[in-house]
Amino acid sequence: MELLPTIWFIAIAVLWTGYLFLEGFDLGVGMLMKIFARNNTERRVLLNTIGPVWDGNEVWLLTAGGATFAAFPFWYASLFSALYLPLLLVLVALIFRAVAFEYRGKVDTDRWRNTWDWAIAAGSFLAAFGVGAALGLTTTGLPLDANGDRDGGPFAWFSWYAVLGGLAVAGFALLHALAFLALKTDGDVRHRARRWFVRLLPVLLLPMAGWAIGVQVLSGEAWTLVVLGVAVVAAAVAWAQARKGNEGRAFLAIGVFLVGGSASIFGAVFPVVLPSTIDPAFNLTIANASSSDYTLGLMSIVACVGLPLVIAYQAWTYWVFRRRVSAAHIPEAHSFLPAVAAKALIRKD
Amino acid sequence: MDALEIARWQFGITTVYHFMMVPLTIGLGLVVAVMQTVWYRTGNPAYLRMTKFWGKLFLINFIMGVATGIVQEFQFGMAWSEYSRFVGDVFGAPLALEALLAFFVESTFLGLWIFGWKQLKKGIHLACLWIAVVGSFFSAYFIIVANSWMQHPVGVTMIDGRPVMTDAWAVFTNNTALVAVPHTLFGALAVAGGFLLGIAWYHLWRRRRDGIDTVGADGKVIAGEAAIPGRDRTDYTVWIKSLRIGAVVAMISFAGTALTGDLQGKLMFEQQPMKMAAAEAACHDGTGFSVLSVGNVGSRNCDDIVALIEVPGILSYLAKGDFTTEVKGVNSLIEQYKADYGTHVPDNPIYGDRAGQEVEYVPVMEVTYWGFRAMIGFGGLAALAALVALWLTRKGTVPESRWLMRLAVFGILAPFGANAAGWIFTEMGRQPFVVAPNPDLNGIDQVFMFTAAAVSPGVSAGEILTSLIVLTLIYAVLLVVEVKLLVKYVRGGVASAMPELVHAPVDENEDATPRDGGPDKPGTSDDVLAFAY
Repeated sequence: MELLPTIWFIAIAVLWTGYLFLEGFDLGVGMLMKIFARNNTERRVLLNTIGPVWDGNEVWLLTAGGATFAAFPFWYASLFSALYLPLLLVLVALIFRAVAFEYRGKVDTDRWRNTWDWAIAAGSFLAAFGVGAALGLTTTGLPLDANGDRDGGPFAWFSWYAVLGGLAVAGFALLHALAFLALKTDGDVRHRARRWFVRLLPVLLLPMAGWAIGVQVLSGEAWTLVVLGVAVVAAAVAWAQARKGNEGRAFLAIGVFLVGGSASIFGAVFPVVLPSTIDPAFNLTIANASSSDYTLGLMSIVACVGLPLVIAYQAWTYWVFRRRVSAAHIPEAHSFLPAVAAKALIRKD
Repeated sequence: MDALEIARWQFGITTVYHFMMVPLTIGLGLVVAVMQTVWYRTGNPAYLRMTKFWGKLFLINFIMGVATGIVQEFQFGMAWSEYSRFVGDVFGAPLALEALLAFFVESTFLGLWIFGWKQLKKGIHLACLWIAVVGSFFSAYFIIVANSWMQHPVGVTMIDGRPVMTDAWAVFTNNTALVAVPHTLFGALAVAGGFLLGIAWYHLWRRRRDGIDTVGADGKVIAGEAAIPGRDRTDYTVWIKSLRIGAVVAMISFAGTALTGDLQGKLMFEQQPMKMAAAEAACHDGTGFSVLSVGNVGSRNCDDIVALIEVPGILSYLAKGDFTTEVKGVNSLIEQYKADYGTHVPDNPIYGDRAGQEVEYVPVMEVTYWGFRAMIGFGGLAALAALVALWLTRKGTVPESRWLMRLAVFGILAPFGANAAGWIFTEMGRQPFVVAPNPDLNGIDQVFMFTAAAVSPGVSAGEILTSLIVLTLIYAVLLVVEVKLLVKYVRGGVASAMPELVHAPVDENEDATPRDGGPDKPGTSDDVLAFAY
């Protein structure tokens, strides 16, 4: 057993889980822009719940990617190059989504806002689906040759686990967002989000449960099965708590579901990081895909200092912006005269 | 074109584009933080307005840097998997640290700054911006450490054909990086300087043209007021101060880039002599700096190039600090490179069609020669323009000339051009290597990698072409959108960034009001966020 690669496998699992937990709800809120919010004010309520935090959440993705590059360069290289076109789609989705948040309110016309609302909703869905597909495939296998390169054409990566993983993350994100909105808003949005949460929970969590069970069948162990059981119980608790109106507990329980599901999946795959569907001899494992102990040691020291710090100041951000947002708070859109176009009003002293 | 060529175009286009947004983010962030600090300490309302106005433009631009930055991290693995495998042990760490120690800081604290105008105490709110700005500096440092390792690999030993990090201190204090970081930061400040200067000039010009500001008999400005929100005397102060800050920043940063660039030149002479020679399109050994060389410099064939005007001694000064050292020209370097790194590409399948072919050690000299000159030319031009601008505005406002105004506005582009040219020069000057050899390391274990070996073997040319087209089109559309929004908010003046000027004039010395919010509903003030969306 190699200690440092194992630690870094756990670290990367933690980073992905952190990403799904945090960006999970802001991706979901993005998707809800089109299917949940009823008017522009509600859309602005949704946006302002994630406004101060979504960019920080997205850095978890960059950190997960960067840490994979640094700790397991062969995993990073094989996964990202094999999934060239799906990841291109994720990039495009993330680009549009990020720009849309900032630019949506900058021109005061319905057409402008509607365009960017679609960018947010579609971008959020595609990003969630694409990341989920990539995770689904890295836990179940890709057609990799001895060098770790994709064997076959641009779509040779396809398997039903891509669809399952994609639906799993998109579904989880939606549900997580409903729990988040119930917790972070007030008034009609809050109550509707809670109702939707209770009603949709079984459907939205089904794909993730399916993916987790699939991975257990492929490579599970006793302890990962137990952890998966805990996750399922947590989902039931979340449902019951939401019904009772305990929004905070429901949100927490759904978080426990994610952590449990993610631990059961990554735990079952370990010590393989990326299986080859061509020949198990070509599997990438924590042993043959990792960086040197020197590099991993250095990264460990930095992560031990850096990661708690990140968690601390991000938690502080959530504390600062802890108040519920409601439609009554949303000010009117700010339209301004181009200062330079109002010559007629000029007064001379 | 094969996958390699397309992947190179893609990396070039996406990187140069990303680096349009980045220097403005870094430079303008620092300037806005200083403005807010002045407001915090003096309570001068002009500085609050400057903070809000320039801060708004900063954010419109910042988001584009964020959006295009993700592409950068992903495409190493997507398009350059062999490169990622080869360098991962040493190159991945600075990238991961950039995300962990810089991006988190930048994004989180900027979120606090944007939404926290009311929620946070003034001092803490200001501190958030400073922390984000320092985060952007760290981000620059880490990514340049990574890049510098490609220019000058240090701190590794070769194990099983791959460089393995053995000395992190050497990697993170690579002398190439230590001079490139300040050079890049000064370059970023130059962009911010030109940006302030051009836009402030425009507003001062409009105020004169609209008859708000007039000029007295002694040529001095008489600032006036108009009955339009935000176009009062304070508004005049905003622009004249912005203009002067911009001009001074532009000049200081040019001096900074020149000093650090000089140090870089001397390192480059030792570390990448071919790049130095190619920057000069210098075929033969000599001491002279070419002011103008003609001929087909892009042909890579030295016999075609004639140096028309040459200043003796200057090249030696750039390279070594004296006027007599002979700087090796391309012709003698080719032989040296062939002896050290081989005459032919290894007969290895990872090189595809290029396996076994002769190595072209000379970079495309048209690019290196003109890139080097464009960098210095645009940079110098911007600094000179800043000096002239200070002189022209010594009596408090700008001349009425429309053409001068246009020149000032289009001058914003010059430092952008200098930044882009500098990066294109240094990256293309490194070819045919993606990891340039370090001449201090000798023997079979030399750490270097040909660009031809770096591309993803499993990815087809069609896939990379798809992404090249998709990303280029999206980037083009988004550039139009960004510029459109910047223009809209620039024309709107301070009022565009400060609704409170329009809706409910308040005493600016009091607490800040929400950015996009109108007057608060009774009973809710201080309870809500400052809504930015």
